[in-house]
Amino acid sequence: MKHPITLTINGHRHEVEVEPRRTLADVIREECRLTGTHVGCEHGVCGACTVIVDGDPVRACLVFAVQAEGAQIRTVEGLAQGSQLHPLQQAFMDHHALQCGFCTPGFLMLSTALLERPDPPSDAELQEALSSNLCRCTGYKNIVLAVRAASKAMHATSGAA
Amino acid sequence: MSAAIAAAGETPVVDRPTEAPVAVPGTTAPHNDRPDPFGQSVTRLEDLPLVRGQGRFAADLSFPHQLHMRMVRSPVAHARLLGVDASEALAMRGVVAVWTAQDVVGIPCIPLREGPSVELDPYLQPILARDRVRYVGDPVAAVFATDPFIAEDAAERVSLDLESLPVLTDATAALGEFAPGLPTQPTTIRKGYGDIEAAFAKAACTVELELATGRHSGVPLETRGAIGRYDAARDVLELHGAAKVPHRNRDALARMLGRSPHAIHLFELHVGGGFGVRGEIYPEDVLVLLAAMRLERPVKWIEDRYEALMTTNQSREQVHRVRAAVAADGFVLAMDDEFFHDQGAYVRTHGDRVADMTAGILPGGYVLPAYRVTGHYRLTNKTPAATYRAPGRFESSFVRERLFDAIAQRMGIDPIELRRRNLIRPEQMPFPRGIETIEDNIVFDSGDYPLLLQKTLDALDWPRLQADLQARRAQGEAVGVGLACFVEKSGLGPADGVRITVDFTGAVEVVTGGASVGQGFETVVAQICASTLGVDYRRVRVVHGRTDRIQYGVGAHAGRATVMTGSATHNAALRVRAKALDMAASMLGCAIEGLDIVDGRVIRRGDSGPGLALGDVASALAPTARARGEREPGLTAEGWYETPSMTYPYGVHVAVVRVDRDTGAARVERFFVGYDVGRAVNPMLVEGQIVGGVAQGIGGALLEEFAYDENGEPLAVTLADYLLPTLDDIPPVEVMITEDAPSPLNPLGIKGAGEAGINGVGAAIAAAIDDAIGQPGAVTRLPVTPVRLKALLRQRAG
Ligand code: FES
Ligand code: FES
Repeated sequence: MKHPITLTINGHRHEVEVEPRRTLADVIREECRLTGTHVGCEHGVCGACTVIVDGDPVRACLVFAVQAEGAQIRTVEGLAQGSQLHPLQQAFMDHHALQCGFCTPGFLMLSTALLERPDPPSDAELQEALSSNLCRCTGYKNIVLAVRAASKAMHATSGAA
Repeated sequence: MSAAIAAAGETPVVDRPTEAPVAVPGTTAPHNDRPDPFGQSVTRLEDLPLVRGQGRFAADLSFPHQLHMRMVRSPVAHARLLGVDASEALAMRGVVAVWTAQDVVGIPCIPLREGPSVELDPYLQPILARDRVRYVGDPVAAVFATDPFIAEDAAERVSLDLESLPVLTDATAALGEFAPGLPTQPTTIRKGYGDIEAAFAKAACTVELELATGRHSGVPLETRGAIGRYDAARDVLELHGAAKVPHRNRDALARMLGRSPHAIHLFELHVGGGFGVRGEIYPEDVLVLLAAMRLERPVKWIEDRYEALMTTNQSREQVHRVRAAVAADGFVLAMDDEFFHDQGAYVRTHGDRVADMTAGILPGGYVLPAYRVTGHYRLTNKTPAATYRAPGRFESSFVRERLFDAIAQRMGIDPIELRRRNLIRPEQMPFPRGIETIEDNIVFDSGDYPLLLQKTLDALDWPRLQADLQARRAQGEAVGVGLACFVEKSGLGPADGVRITVDFTGAVEVVTGGASVGQGFETVVAQICASTLGVDYRRVRVVHGRTDRIQYGVGAHAGRATVMTGSATHNAALRVRAKALDMAASMLGCAIEGLDIVDGRVIRRGDSGPGLALGDVASALAPTARARGEREPGLTAEGWYETPSMTYPYGVHVAVVRVDRDTGAARVERFFVGYDVGRAVNPMLVEGQIVGGVAQGIGGALLEEFAYDENGEPLAVTLADYLLPTLDDIPPVEVMITEDAPSPLNPLGIKGAGEAGINGVGAAIAAAIDDAIGQPGAVTRLPVTPVRLKALLRQRAG
């Protein structure tokens, strides 16, 4: 049995019909055709599917799409404003924080949620938060550098504003 | 601390022997206000779509009207397959077909990449199991349906009639039977040189060890995927989701399916990590192609994680019984090794190459006047094995360096000093190793191993590090340091070609048969092209992984992409440059010698005028352009690079490890890599490769293991059981890149770096754990899990 639901992703409404067993990750990718959200394990371990739901980072493979109705969902496709990259996207490029790029959307969304909190994360908080996603290519070093740099950039601008 | 080390937060610095600008041979010195991109840590061309979520990985690609494939796999490790009943599945709405071995009778087993082998061919894997299943996960049937969920549900309703057979899970145990008349050891590898018996007879001391490396593998974050599509209008069969060796695989698939290579094309999409396992031909690749033709619809298959951990190539599982003959001064006279290589259930595309490479590279960078090795290549009822990053080297470095640590301990010589006495000296280069592997007659092309060791010790301030650790141990901490020396190999030949074309806007296209597995291939090739030609690297588009654009290609494996494709790019760019200068000289009415190409413009040397845009030169060379005269049309050229032999970079790894005596957990506090790369095209990318490799090595040394129970049931089939390292497991990795020994074999002097980070990690961590717990020689097997480490600690207490 399929249910009609409406998902709000990056400010756009998507009206889709889904079976109750379909995960949010699956529906974002297959029904809404936003394939930037990746699936690495479907098991809640790798974090490649991380999206932001009502301000919090969420593993989209662990949520059913029907549960996300009415929520504000943000995915990697919504980070840049036109050709203007989000500071995290720029920092990931500048610090070589990606190789194959498969884990990147998950890390970007995880970090976005983290850096949108009022206070910049301490190094320990950053370390702990970023330890929840897997990357098989980079050894994490440059991901940490990138997020730290973006944190500085974002909190400097918001402080100045 | 030396300026050459990139610690956390710094951009990598290369320890270059001279201050001279790094100009590429055959071109002029870099232009002042725009530095030569060669040797610079420029940002990657690949990144933009990937950070925007616009990448296209296999699962992201769909074709209209496509079908979805789901495999039915063996639930047991070894059984006779008596029958398959698919009637219930076939009756389901949306199910289009279910195939078993009977439906693919004419299709041969997946062949060895390097050609047939009488010994190994009987052990190859069919695309669907015929009369036996040989590991948990062995594909038995394929279900095709209109929706992936329907396919999955239907696959569960296919029932198998199986009759149990004895299960073999230990490659050192008595031989079993692969099939009637075929024992589980298809081949034995033997190599060596020098007089072993004489060496042992005159040895002051002999040291003997049994050592084992665990079964682990690449485990890319993206699972495998393949989409087959048949375009009847053009009679072209397409495989999307190819990786690593698209051209070689096209040829093999063409043979298997009885098609001309012109009528089958492979397309690489974004690849979410390769590490040796992705891009081999697996049964599913052949099945989607066959189904696309027969069912006349595109067919998509995306592996799930459970399947990935059960069916994608595994690696590394070996047991070595090694002994050394040592002279009184610590000089190692001979090494004698017998090892057992666990190949798993079938011989796959690599054949016995991992075992062969293990045997070939085991002596490492030590002089070793005599060497003998016997490798038992054995089949078991586990997932088939093949290459994983630094195949044969991670394993052999563990064995060799453990042996050298044991010798040092036995002789009472400092382990560093022992290595110094045995390392090949620079004046002995090029050094013929005296052994062949399948691929090459091993000749170390260049290197100063003692120098790199010394630079590493200096960078770490070795005496001070030792004193610090001593002091901490005195306080009761279990902390120690371990070091490993190794020689890598890269640039496997024999030849690679590229085609470079400049269009009328001045944009440059490099078409290569190389492949990208996420390592920054496009950027590196663009840098080499830009540097040689005289353009901005961002104006260079690199086309790869498409068999329809270029006839030949070596792909990306065995550390060959930069060396082979890079050198071919250099050669092609030189030719384009010559053509451009020739045309421009006639357009500007001056001599070629007076011209240079800078930032995409042909200029007169010493003249600040605007010069001529390369795009205009390309226009003048168009087939229809009058200005062209008798010149060959097009600002385009092919370039080839052929190498007689591989190049051998080398490195030193140092690990500092702290052990928690209560939990048995080993934590790597610090990891240092000293590595000579010949010349670094992009130090930032080299460093990135190395740090990533170290992380994987730490996984293999401490966490990752494909364990099986005695029935051959795999115990690590989710990422909750198979533990990939997280940020929390990885220390700040320090990297020192040196350029003391450029390769004499290629025009750029480069050597590969893809495997530099992982090679010696197991060895260095093992030594550090020994040191931390004060039990020399304690670690004899990887991974050192908390359970194993607790057992070692108890041994001592007991
Ligand atoms: S796919 Fe969701 S956590 Fe891995
Ligand atoms: S960049 Fe490949 S998994 Fe992170």
